[in-house]
Amino acid sequence: MSDELDQLTDAEPVKDPGLPAHQHRPTDVDPAQELRAERQITGMFTLASLLLIGFCVAYVAIDKDQTFLGWSAMNFTLGATLGGALLLMGVGIIQWAKKLMGDDEMVELRHPAASTAEDRAATLEDLNAGINESGFGRRPLIRRSLFLSMSFLALPTVIMLRDMGPLPYGHKNTVWKKGMRVVNDVAGTPIKPSDLQVGQLVNAEPAIMYEKDKDGEAVLHGTELLQEKSKAAVIVVRMKPEAITPAKGRENWGIDGILCYSKICTHVGCPISLWEQQTHHLLCPCHQSTFDLADNGKVVFGPAHRPLPQLPLALDSEGYLIAVSDFPEVVGPSYPELARDQKRLDDKS
Amino acid sequence: MSTVDEHTNIEDTAFGKKAAGPVGWLDDRLGLAGASKRSHLLRKVFPEHWSFMLGEIALWSFVVLLLTGTFLTFWFQPSMAETTYNGSYTPLNGLEMSHAYASTLDISFDVRGGLLIRQIHHWAAALFVAAMIVHMLRVMFTGAYRKPREINWLIGIGLMVLGLVEGFAGYSLPDDLLSGTGLRFVDGLLRSIPIVGSYLEYFIFGGEFPGDVIIPRLYMVHILLIPALLLALIGAHMILLVYHKHTQWGGPGRTEKNVVGYPMLPVYAAKAGGFFFVVFGFTALMGAVLQINPIWAYGPYNPSEVTAGSQPDWYMGFVEGAVRIMPNWESTFFNYTWSWNVFIPAAILPGLFLGVGAAWPFVEQWITGDKREHHLLERPRNAPFRTAFIVAAMTAYGVLWIGGGNDIIATKFHLSLNAITWFCRIGLFVLPVVTFMITKRICIGLQRADANRILHGYETGVIERSPDGGFTERHAPLPVGSQYSLTNHDRLPVLEAPPETDHNGVAAPHSRMAKLRAKAREIYYDGSVDKPTVEDVHHAEEHLRDHDGHPVELGDEFQGVSETGVPRVH
Repeated sequence: MSDELDQLTDAEPVKDPGLPAHQHRPTDVDPAQELRAERQITGMFTLASLLLIGFCVAYVAIDKDQTFLGWSAMNFTLGATLGGALLLMGVGIIQWAKKLMGDDEMVELRHPAASTAEDRAATLEDLNAGINESGFGRRPLIRRSLFLSMSFLALPTVIMLRDMGPLPYGHKNTVWKKGMRVVNDVAGTPIKPSDLQVGQLVNAEPAIMYEKDKDGEAVLHGTELLQEKSKAAVIVVRMKPEAITPAKGRENWGIDGILCYSKICTHVGCPISLWEQQTHHLLCPCHQSTFDLADNGKVVFGPAHRPLPQLPLALDSEGYLIAVSDFPEVVGPSYPELARDQKRLDDKS
Repeated sequence: MSTVDEHTNIEDTAFGKKAAGPVGWLDDRLGLAGASKRSHLLRKVFPEHWSFMLGEIALWSFVVLLLTGTFLTFWFQPSMAETTYNGSYTPLNGLEMSHAYASTLDISFDVRGGLLIRQIHHWAAALFVAAMIVHMLRVMFTGAYRKPREINWLIGIGLMVLGLVEGFAGYSLPDDLLSGTGLRFVDGLLRSIPIVGSYLEYFIFGGEFPGDVIIPRLYMVHILLIPALLLALIGAHMILLVYHKHTQWGGPGRTEKNVVGYPMLPVYAAKAGGFFFVVFGFTALMGAVLQINPIWAYGPYNPSEVTAGSQPDWYMGFVEGAVRIMPNWESTFFNYTWSWNVFIPAAILPGLFLGVGAAWPFVEQWITGDKREHHLLERPRNAPFRTAFIVAAMTAYGVLWIGGGNDIIATKFHLSLNAITWFCRIGLFVLPVVTFMITKRICIGLQRADANRILHGYETGVIERSPDGGFTERHAPLPVGSQYSLTNHDRLPVLEAPPETDHNGVAAPHSRMAKLRAKAREIYYDGSVDKPTVEDVHHAEEHLRDHDGHPVELGDEFQGVSETGVPRVH
């Protein structure tokens, strides 16, 4: 291949005319221009110093609550003085390089990235001497047992990670259970069917999220509360009863057209909240999966696969909405053991 | 001017005399002078072109990130433990939230300059990834990854991946509603990983989502693990850059065997050093006037709340788009659930982008069979297949990006969300093919235009009237320097079918592979226009220098006329 290439180089249609003659800059030939550039650059550095002093003044003088043209005055002034000073310094240094520092182009020769054959031979010789002296090649027993112990070193490394978290136990249970009230997620007040008008959607939670124990402490709080919320949050909607087409076995899961669904998207778990009254569609704001709440939470568009799990509703003696049971389907995004967990839930019911 | 006459040696200056002792002390122990002399480090030559500055933006924004990030760690508390907010931002007073969110509010409202540094940090992060991507495109479009720079290309890919993860980890730390929503997506992504998904989820989150360890863990990743890896890789990237010496554009006097430019000391030290201040100053001004991630407006994370129009930072937009436009495939077999709807767009697709990028230099080398070192950059038009391929990949990325903003586009332009999603689903496969073909044609057209300018000269703007009344525009040869620049690239190889049999008449070994390679080479070079031959240029010179038909000679200084008819000269 290299012979071929040499021929090609000879066949260059235009010969290299070599580096063009050096062109002098105005600052190289005109002392007035040179002086001007010097003044400009000095001016930039001086102004930068003033701005940095301004930064310190602003830091102590400006009140945190003051605003300037809608911006926080503190943020704006600190940023403008610091940014302005840095920009002036940077531009000044670059101008210095461009206008006043020597601008004769230099030529440096390249060398192949590879080492020379001599260097390679010498290094190889050293390497061989080292290996031979170690007896690495001659003592397979030691070598192999070393490799064995090295590979076993992976075991503690992996096993040490075991306590990063508990073994997965699936997501088939939530805090919902028979008789638990469905409460409004703003104030925690229970919901009566008469509170809901046709077309209305209410964000709700299980009553336990607002319960307090006998010491007045919340039953669920902190991390535990967030974990349960990320599974148990629901939405309650009221549609015209005749618009709803319940699946077999779900005919009595609603009260006068009031249905309750999981709020957690079955795609990657965002809370779904965009409700289209006219079409009964519920849209997830994260990835736009769309569920038809009049048709058992069926997926009508988007990347979600499973329908929204529905929570069977009933009324308690005081006429408030309660759950009949936990969700009969797994809530939230899918996971490898989902099929197994769902089967267990089906077997239970 | 006249630096030579004023030349002073540093050892004769007052400063030099004072510093000689300590510097000698250091050199006695470190031998710096020898190392510097051997590598010519102080006067190392760097070639000049605006596009060589893109990687510098990435480097300096990383330094800005280190500085501002260190400042933020003085106050940020990476804890998910519950606290009640009681600070300057009154709308959230009395609310239960994590220490992470509360301390981020403190940085924004109670630490003077805290909001500024937070905003600089976030803007610099967005700039860091953007500069890396544009730098990578520059390297790819000009073939700068070719031998001997393949390893540095791979290091660059590693930097890119780490940069994306680093950005995402940082985005998750404040524990506001938006960052928690991002983590919820990560939880869904982990669960979608076949078979081991649940284990990864429980181990990484320390139990069920959201748990109380993910923020402390991500904090460690964000301020220690990934920055350390980034620093190490950036160091290796720079060392290789110095060892290989920077690539340069071809032109008069600039060859594969030299590098022409300015020395590191003083010119590049000043330009690059000054540029750090420019990048820092620019991000500081952005932090002053452009609000970014106003976490106080989102509220603390609550898994049952989300805001409409939730968007990740821009560099995650393509993954977001892929997840949005993916069909809802999910299957069950071997008693396991396989969430293709999440796993393919969020794990396989980004892996594919990076994998193709990492493999590209090696695939190209296999196709072209070119094992030589390359230090002259290739103009994108002279590698039409490569250029078209990159544009196709950019198109796919752009379609995914549109997908990632489908809700915003739908509401701002009153379009159907479903229509945009379907446009992206189809466009992801169709548009890259279209842009590939268009780009390739444009490249070939530009190659032809180059050949034309060599063979027919440039249009002078001088209109001549012939004795029979016709008007023609006079052409003149390009200056030799320009002619050389236009032809200073490899000639196309002669494509040959691989031999079916060896010299003994036996079927040649590896003939299937050889055929595949010959086919690939044919596709790679298809349509490319070769540069003119020596004879072509010779004929053209004779033709252009022929003054018989022209009454006036143009002269050596002539460079065409301006639009107002005034001749242009040097």
